[in-house]
Amino acid sequence: MLVQVNGDDRELAEGTTVAQLLEQLELDARYLAVERNLQLVPRAEHAEAILVEGDRLEVVTLVGGG
Amino acid sequence: MATDITTDTSLQIGTHTLGSRLIVGTGKYASYQLMGEALDRSGTDCITVAIRRERLIDAEGNNLLDFIDTSRYTLLPNTAGCFSAEDAVRVARLGREILLGLENPGADWVKLEVLSDTKTLLPDPVATIDATEQLVADGFQVLCYSSDDPIVARRLKEAGATSVMPAGSPIGSGQGILNPNNIRICLEYLKEGDPDYPVIVDAGVGTASDVTGAMELGVDGVLLNTAIAHAQDPLRMADAMRKGTEAGRLAYLAGRIPKKLYATASSPEEGTFTAKPR
Repeated sequence: MLVQVNGDDRELAEGTTVAQLLEQLELDARYLAVERNLQLVPRAEHAEAILVEGDRLEVVTLVGGG
Repeated sequence: MATDITTDTSLQIGTHTLGSRLIVGTGKYASYQLMGEALDRSGTDCITVAIRRERLIDAEGNNLLDFIDTSRYTLLPNTAGCFSAEDAVRVARLGREILLGLENPGADWVKLEVLSDTKTLLPDPVATIDATEQLVADGFQVLCYSSDDPIVARRLKEAGATSVMPAGSPIGSGQGILNPNNIRICLEYLKEGDPDYPVIVDAGVGTASDVTGAMELGVDGVLLNTAIAHAQDPLRMADAMRKGTEAGRLAYLAGRIPKKLYATASSPEEGTFTAKPR
């Protein structure tokens, strides 16, 4: 199924969770926040949040800024 | 008996007590290494950070958090780059989520920026008030980046802002406090009946005298980024900013002499033995 992650299309297996996506991306969830279709997905829900076709995800972190 | 110059209250912003009256941004440095050293030299214990997409493809490259001791600094996430209240609220929530994960005390506050155009980076006052109301309702302590308009400042406080942060001049412009008159009126309006309400000058600081001048007006703190990051010698400028903040605060507490039109001699009249002018 096709989802968008940080503006780019990504092919994922059906039933992939947010937690699994972060694993595939080799990212540490502690330093990140995930937004799905403009809604925050809290860390505690990452393992249960099952992605579906067309989901738009933002995976964000802290960077330098004023 | 000399006054103990160390006696001053801490900077209290909502539930946060800061040891320094200087808040420093983490952006625009030539390297994160340099940033880390500059923050250390500035004496700050509160730093702003931005929220952006994680690099997915390039796992190489430095991570900000590798250069920041999150147990030493309170992080203040900003909503820089947001041009609508809706986006600012999204970003604030994402920032909170990250800081909760880091267990940093900054998880309950946000520097709210809702900008109106890319050229001036001036805040949109209406959207800022709207976003403030939404974020306050969502449990945030909101520090509002604002213009130096005292009426907007008062409206932001009425909307529940924990602090109002009027700009001295446009972000990164280095022009200092262009309108000290407005800053003074902001202070008067915001602190009426509430002398400890924190007012922080944020944006446009260029050099140490700008910070000193702001502190002498009676603001509670100054937030700056570019003035250090883009100085020719950022570490030296960080030192200067630390000293400038302290000097300005001391001068404010010391109570300056009034400005007079004419001269008042510093040496006595009595005992003079030389001719007066005709």
